[in-house]
Order: sequence, then structure tokens, then C-alpha cells
Amino acid sequence: MKLGFYPGCSLEGMSREYSDSVVALAKRFDIELVQIPDWNCCGATAAHNLNKELSLSLPARNLALAEKEGFTDVVVPCAACYSRFSTTHHELMHNHDLRHKINEVMEMEYKGTINTLNVIQFIDKYIIDKIEEKIVKKFNYKAACYYGCLLVRPNNILGFDRAEDPQTMDVVMRKIGADSIDWAFKTECCGAGLSVSATNTVARLSGKIVDDAEHRGAEVIIVACPMCHSNLDMRRSEINKYLGKKVTTPILYITQALGLAVGISEKELGFKRHFVPVNLPIKAETIQKEEVKTKKVEVE
Amino acid sequence: MARIGVFICHCGENISATVDCAKVAEVTANIPGVAVSVDYKYMCSDPGQNMIKEYIEKEKLTGVVVAACSPRMHEPTFRRACGEAGLNPFLCEMANLREHCSWVHDKNEATTNKAIDIVRTLVEKVKRNEPLMPIKVPVTKTALVIGGGVAGIQSALDIANCGHKVIMVEKDPSIGGHMSQLSETFPTLDCSQCILTPRMVEVAQHPNITLYTYAEVESLDGFIGNFKVKIRKKAKSLDEKLCTGCGLCTTKCPAKKIPSEFDQGLSNRTAIYVPFPQAVPNKPVIDKEHCTYYIKGKCKVCEIVCPTKAIRFDQEDEIIEVEVGALVLATGFDIKRANFFPEYGYGKYKDLIDGLQFERIASASGPTLGEIRRPSDGQIPKKIVFLACAGSRDPAKGIEYCSKICCMYTAKHAILYKHKVHDGTAYIFYMDIRAAGKNYDEFTRRAIEEDGAKYIRGRVSRIYERDGKLIVVGADTLMNAKTVEIEADMVVLATAGVASPGAEELAQKLHVSYDQHKFFAEAHPKLRPVETNTAGIFLAGACQNVKDIPESVAQASGAAVKVCGLFSNDELTRDPSVAVVNRTAPPLFSTCVGCFLCQSVCPYQAIEKEEIKSRDGKILKTVAFINPSVCQGCGTCVALCRSKSIDILGYTHKQVYAEVDALLNTL
Amino acid sequence: MSGNHNHVIDNSLAGKVKEQTGVSAAQCYQCGKCSAGCPVSEDMDYPPSLIMRMLQTGDPADEEMILRSTSIWYCLTCEMCIARCPMEVDIPPMMDYLRNESIKQDKANPSSKNIIRFHKAFLDSIRETGRLYELGLTLDFKVRSMKLMQDMSIVPTMLAKNKLNFLPEMIKNRRNVKQIFQKTIDKKEGSK
Repeated sequence: MKLGFYPGCSLEGMSREYSDSVVALAKRFDIELVQIPDWNCCGATAAHNLNKELSLSLPARNLALAEKEGFTDVVVPCAACYSRFSTTHHELMHNHDLRHKINEVMEMEYKGTINTLNVIQFIDKYIIDKIEEKIVKKFNYKAACYYGCLLVRPNNILGFDRAEDPQTMDVVMRKIGADSIDWAFKTECCGAGLSVSATNTVARLSGKIVDDAEHRGAEVIIVACPMCHSNLDMRRSEINKYLGKKVTTPILYITQALGLAVGISEKELGFKRHFVPVNLPIKAETIQKEEVKTKKVEVE
Repeated sequence: MARIGVFICHCGENISATVDCAKVAEVTANIPGVAVSVDYKYMCSDPGQNMIKEYIEKEKLTGVVVAACSPRMHEPTFRRACGEAGLNPFLCEMANLREHCSWVHDKNEATTNKAIDIVRTLVEKVKRNEPLMPIKVPVTKTALVIGGGVAGIQSALDIANCGHKVIMVEKDPSIGGHMSQLSETFPTLDCSQCILTPRMVEVAQHPNITLYTYAEVESLDGFIGNFKVKIRKKAKSLDEKLCTGCGLCTTKCPAKKIPSEFDQGLSNRTAIYVPFPQAVPNKPVIDKEHCTYYIKGKCKVCEIVCPTKAIRFDQEDEIIEVEVGALVLATGFDIKRANFFPEYGYGKYKDLIDGLQFERIASASGPTLGEIRRPSDGQIPKKIVFLACAGSRDPAKGIEYCSKICCMYTAKHAILYKHKVHDGTAYIFYMDIRAAGKNYDEFTRRAIEEDGAKYIRGRVSRIYERDGKLIVVGADTLMNAKTVEIEADMVVLATAGVASPGAEELAQKLHVSYDQHKFFAEAHPKLRPVETNTAGIFLAGACQNVKDIPESVAQASGAAVKVCGLFSNDELTRDPSVAVVNRTAPPLFSTCVGCFLCQSVCPYQAIEKEEIKSRDGKILKTVAFINPSVCQGCGTCVALCRSKSIDILGYTHKQVYAEVDALLNTL
Repeated sequence: MSGNHNHVIDNSLAGKVKEQTGVSAAQCYQCGKCSAGCPVSEDMDYPPSLIMRMLQTGDPADEEMILRSTSIWYCLTCEMCIARCPMEVDIPPMMDYLRNESIKQDKANPSSKNIIRFHKAFLDSIRETGRLYELGLTLDFKVRSMKLMQDMSIVPTMLAKNKLNFLPEMIKNRRNVKQIFQKTIDKKEGSK
């Protein structure tokens, strides 16, 4: 089957391994991810910080192009792009005049039929039910699932998982045999787009995240956003400087973890591109009893 | 020949600001049948009422229309005045020129014309009004008090001490409510149970009070002065007459791991249990959901050891029916628990507790015998953090109101903690300190000045656990919103007070109004705080709104005096606006065809079958008869009756259509 | 009393915020939960709840301080504030508006100039090619910020790991993207 795909600038550039792992994983499940033709940058943080209409028009163009191509589901693995797409869709659908204006600016019409999927939604909808039969090597490591900000907030617009102590990534990881731990920095910001312009802040914020995961015994941190990966991985020397110690916990994209479990090679998954070496200890192949510790909390 | 008096009120400026009252009086004077038409500034005042009475006598009026505010305000006032002047009160009607006209329009000619129309319709109605006599019903001088907390106890004692019988129904195995769970009470720091248990015993021993515990109201029928209540006495599996309360069964019961409701889950109880040592009645009940015998059919240890053979496993719930004249609702409140807070861990941290749990820890008869200890490892916490306003004043969480009591009990908790842990530090994150009662503000100052509680003005963004401590991340808004991070040993949330579970179902059974938060609605927020809109049902305590003990007790006594006031009459006078099925001369007897559809829809079961017999006893026709003592005048049967045989006195078809015709004729 | 409630006319910055974003400063009761949860609260000159307070006063001096603050530029739009705010005051769109205004009125805090330069360099890259050219962005930013030595430690590694494309990716319909810029951000102010 074919699905719409919006890689975004990071996946084409610095975070290519993310894109490679998503595409390879999809292929393993007979899904062809088709890029929206001639897609443009969604504007990320810079656009909405400087101009509202620009920040809506850039993503809207991609949504309109996707509609033209006949897509309904569009997979957007970058959490920032996912946030911009979802916010744009929400604002345009709730404000008639604004939609009119933006359609005019981009000289295209967006009708509102695109369903944006983040990488976890994509996995939940198209992969997770079929994954058990394809697992060749259980991912039996202690994993800290790091959701970051933009997958779960603002919850009333995204409607995905829950904003505090989310569980969707943890559930997916447990399906491939991981011991997904409970830890305190699941949704604390890594420093986002200030990586270059305020590196000290990123060192502090990302440092706290890595420190908490390591403290609780995580052998790997799983992410679903190229910005988070970059801050936690590429900025590791600054993090180590801030923490005053060397932390070697590798950062893996969730699609890399799944890819590993279904037998895709480390090379194809782009491990070499990471700054922090992905040295996952070799463990005895024990049949992991699946303790699905999903907490079904009923909030009154 | 009709001689109607029309009295237009200015209502100060409420009506005259937008309606030209003088003009209305002038125009309505010309309506056929109107003998006098005047306007005056305050009709409800003494001079105003005297004016009406004088005109009635002077002009020999046959009917009166007072064009003023809503009849809900002053209909009784003017009807009484007419009655005093010798005119049947039901020949007096009010035309609502205020809520229906002056208050909802701007000042212009159209508004005045509308006022004239309104007066005209009422004049036409009154011309067709008949004199009516009020209906008298007897009063059952027994009160039903639902809820055995401090409010229910106070109400019951007050009513019983006035010489009336009281039935108290409490759903838990013991009375006492939340007050019996408290350690000390603010602002005096009295031991809560010490001041409550004497009252509890008094209730149990009072000759006028019948106490049913482990019981709930099943259904309610009837009306003020004449209620019929069905009470479900849940099976205690015990013969209370034989049980001596020795407690041997509770020591032998093998099912020991049931979380204790009284201790808020901090300790365990057995399946056959007495909730706390000072329980009233001090006799156990068997919790069928957790009892090994009821689940698996094995055990019966309690039956074996009981010295008086009081255990009855075959006991069923029993429904009893009682007749009462008034009800007092005192069902209390509940609080949100730690699992209500996603940002504080969804309740998974053992040392993050709510205010009631802290009361149990601080209580001398509690799970730690009064020592402040962490539920997780029993250690004494050296740093304790209290969060005020946890869940209250929080529209994002659906609770926009203030829970009133938390500021005070948080200060109390800090004081109790410092009294017991001298080298400990208590932090309190707060938004405001609401301490408006007598000696309340002084109490909070004591917590700060004498007991060293550290108040930090700001809310806590999140709490997480690390290495056995709870990391509390808040802000100090009085220090430019600086972040404050505390590594706490224990955290106590002053959680929002909410309605008691089951409040909504009970309100619906009793036809009592409630708000969106399931608190019972008072009849008027300012002037009628202990009454509901359902006649004969009164409110006491936190079921109306979260409140502290002095207010609950005061409100309870208020409700009690309303009940006693009701019972001071041997008879009650009922509004004669009841439905009547017509009767005519033979051979028709009535246009009613005997379909009895009306009987099936009457919400008050007021309609009966009446057999019309010939002189030799042969049944000629069976028609509907409406009991005037029971009918509430709702009009459902009137609307339904296919042969139009039913009318409501005071609102007959003729009268109502006259109003409609009067309106249409102008158009 | 016939109901004729006049709409409150508010020409203050808070009034404009309300008009443009729907966010009402009056709803904030200064509980500080946003500041407590904000990851960059300690970097900002005024934590978010203090910015809110300065909006509430309506004092032009306070409004000036807001537009000249570093707070609005440190804000990561991580959405933590609105996620926890009990009154559901939507701070992120408010921050966006304040940032836009700060640039428009040329009041951006000098300490934040690097952050702003980065954003501008980012947008310049997209305006030209339709997609982000990371190497170009890095060079552009270095030139603007004169932070020539920054990240020099990681650039070789990035190149070695094939994380930096040497050449920009150009989309076909660059005209469409350029014209989006012209109709929005370029309309109010000159580019660069």
C-alpha cells in the first residue's frame, strides 16, 4: 500500500538516518511512503516566531499539495513538522476568514481532508498489529521513552496520547520486548530550536533528561523527533560538560528500534550517523515475559 | 357585572424607567369591566396595600389586577391584602410588568403598549376567575434525616429535642461522617472525635430518634407533610438484637487485607468489621463483596466464634416504609484523590497523599497511632510539602470553585506536623489564604509565626519521585516567579471538595434540584439557604456546598427549626389550584369517557377511579377522580385529556383562552 | 435594567493581544504554575507569569519592558505552560504575537539578537530554495552572529557522518514559496 509522506528538512539533511529507518520499516511491512511532490519547509520554529501568516501558509501549502495528490493519511515523522501541520489544520478549519486568507496567500485551496499522522500513530495504525510475527531479535533493553514536547502538547489540538506520563511509545516498545521504564523527564523540553543560538540552555535541559534516564538504569533513550535526537545525541559533549561526567547512553529513533527488532541491518538504519555510538550490549536471548504495565488510570 | 380594580406599580424605577405607568393606568381605565385604574410608586408597601383595600371596599370591586413584579415575588402579599379587605384572594391576579416587560426592553412606546396588553390579558382573565378555598391536609410530625455526619446529627437532635420523632438513615455502618475521621478541628485544635462522639451516642440513645445505619433511601412519594419513604436496610448479616458488640468476630476473620475506607486506604480491615472503635452503633457488618463465605461458600469463622450466635448469613436486604412530614438532606461531601492529578503522578506515589489521609496519619487512633510517618517506608518525614488549592479554582480540571475549607485545614496540618516533628520543615504552596471565620486568620498567623510554617505563594507545576524523595517544582510569585524546587519526604494535597458519591441519584429520587457539580440547590442563594425548591425538603451541611463544621452545624439547626415550624401546624394549607374532572347532570354525569390515560401519566399518583352508581347500586359509569390532597396542579392530565374533561381551578380553559383572545384581538 | 453591555474598549497591549489571539490576560490569577514548569524560566529576564502581570497592569512602561524582554525570545514554544495552566490561558500564541510586535516595533532585546538572527537566517534559506539548506544556514548564522568558532568541533564530524549536505535542495516551484514570503513577512518589513 502507499501512504503520503512528509519528511521535512531535518530528515532530508542532518537526520537522514531517521528518514532511512522510517522508510525501511515501512517497506518491511509492504508500505511505500510516497513523498508529497515538491514539498516545502514547514517553517518550523522560525516562521511562527516572526510572522503568523507565514507560519500558517508554509504548512498549508504542503497540506494542499497532499490533497491534490489524493492522499488522506500523511506520515510526518518530525514532531515539529507534525505540530505545525496539526496547528495549521486546526486553525484553518476553525476560522473561515483565516482559511480564506491563507488560501489566497498560497494561491491554492486546502479543503481540510488531510489526516496528519506522527510516527507513533503511523506505527499504531499500520505496523503494530503485524509486528509480532516479524520479530527476529527482541529488543530486550531497558528503554527510556522520550516523547518531548510537540507530540503530546497542546493536547486539545493534537488529541494524541495524554500530556502527562504518556504511554503510546512505551506500549510499542514493550511489544518488541523492551523494558520500558517509568522516569521523570518523558515530556520535558530538550531545548528545541535553541541548539545553535543558545547552546548552554540546550546543554542544561538535555543534560537533565539524559541524567534522569541514566540514573534510572536506562540502556537506551528512544525518541520520535529529529530535534530531540540532535540535542540529546549531537550535543552530548556539551551535555557531558554540564553534567560533569560522561554519559554514554545512546539515542535511538523508535523506527530504528523497531527496525532492529524485525531484522533490518544497523547500516540500513544509519547507526553510523549518530554522535553517541550505539553500543547496545549483547544479551542472552531470553524469552521476555511481556509485562504490559500500561496503567489505565481513570481520572475522575 | 364585573368591577375590576387595576393597580399599576412603578416598582420604584424598576418599571417606570421604561414603562409609562401613568399612561398604562389611563388606557386600562377604558377596558370594559374596569371600575378603577390607578398607578402608584410602591404597591407592595403598606400605603400601597392599604390603597388596594380601600378601593375594594369603596368601589365594591369584584376582582383585582396588580400590574407589578413577578407573582413569584408578591402574589401572596397582594392576595393576603385582598383577603383582609373581604375579597377572595383568588380573585386577585398579578400582571408581570417587570420581568416580562420593563426589565427586558428599552424605554419607548412599544414597551408601554406591551405593558398595556399584558394588563388587558389579566383583566380578561380575572373577569372569569371564581372564588376558591384553600385545601387543608394533615401533617405527619416525623422527620427523616438522610445522612449521619455532624450536620445530620445536629439536625436530628434539634428536631428530637423539640418533641418530634426523627428517623435517621446513614449509608455507612456507623454515623459520624468525615468529622469522625479528623484528628483535630480548627481553630481550637479540639480532638474531633472527643467533641463528636458524645453527640453520636446521644443520637443512638435519644427516645425520639430511630437510627438506621447501613441503610439508604430507596424511593420517595407524596408531598410536604405527607411523604411516604421506602428505606432499604442493607443486610448486615447480623441479628442486631443478639450482637453485644464484643468484637471477637473481627479478630478472627481471615480476610484481613481489605483497604479500610475509614483510614482512607492507609490500613486494612477484615470482611466482618466495625469501621472504627468509637462507631455508633458499635456492631459489625459483613462486607459481602470481600467476605470469603459470600464469594466462595467457605469459612464462617465469625459464626463459629460468636458467643451469642448473632451471625445471619441468610439475611436479605429489607425494605421498610415510613411516613414522614419533612426531610433533611445532610449527605455531606467527598474529596478528590491523588489520582486526579496527572502532573503529580496520577496517584502512583505512596508518599503523595490527600488531606483526609493526613488526618488519619495525624490521628491518635489512626494507622500510625498519631505519629507522622511516610506510608511508603514508615520513616518520619523531615521535609513535608502541602499544596493548597489542589484541584480547586481550576477550570482546566473542571472545578472552578473554591473549596473553602482547605486553607484552614492546611494551616492546621502544618501546625500538627510541627507539634510532632520539631526538627521538620513544613512548606505550604498557596495562592491565597482564605480564613474568614471567627479566629481563623489568627490561626493561620499562628501557623506562620509560632510554628514556622513556610508559606510560598505559587502553585506547583509538577511532582516526581527520585531516589525515594518527591521532587516538588513550584514557583514563588512574590519573588518574581522564581522557580522553587523542594526535595520533599512527603507531600499532602489539599484536594478539591466535591459532592458525595450518589448525590445525583438521590436528588433525582427526591426531585431535588442540584447544580452542575451535583451539590444540592438551595431555594434562594441569599435568603433561603436551608430550603430546597421541593417543599418539605431541607438542606444541612456540605451537601449544599463544601463548608466547615461551625457552618454545617449552624445550617443544620436552621433546617431543624424549619422542620419544627412546619410541624407546629396540625394542618397544612394547600394551594387550591388543583385539577378537577368535571361533573354534570345525569345521564352524562361527566364528559370523562373513562379512558384513564390521565391516571397513567400523573406523576403524583393523584388520580383514582370513581364509580358512579344508580340508586340501587348498579354501576352506571366509571370516571376519573382527582384527589385534591395529592394533586400538585402540574396540568399534565389537563393537556392529555382527549375529551377536555379536566380543568385546573384558577387556570381553567375559559380563563386561559380569555387571556389569549385578549392578546389577539388587538392584533 | 435592560441589558445593553457595551464592549470594553481596550487599547493597551493586553487589549491587542486579546483581539489578535483571543488570549485574555485578565483570566490569569498569577498562580505561577507556568513559571514553575517553564524549562527556560531561569534564562528569561521575566518568567512567563511576570510577563502576564506586566500585561495586566496596562502600564505603558511595563508594556515596553515586555517587548524589550529576553523572555519572549527564550520561549521555546514547548507548550508546557498551557498544558498546566488552571485557567487555560494560551500563552504560546500570546508569545508569538509579542515576538511579532517586538520585531515590528524594533524593540527586540539586544541580548536575544543571536536567537533572532538564527530565525531570520533560517527563513532566508527557505525563501531562496523552499527547503532548509543546513550548511548555508550555519554559515549565514556565523556571519551574522560573528560566532565563527562555535560548533567547529562538531562540523567535521557532521561532514564525516554525511549529516550535512554540501549542496542545497531546491524545490521546483520556488516562485510559489517566494511569493508566500512576499505576501506575508516581506510585506510588513524589509527582508534580512
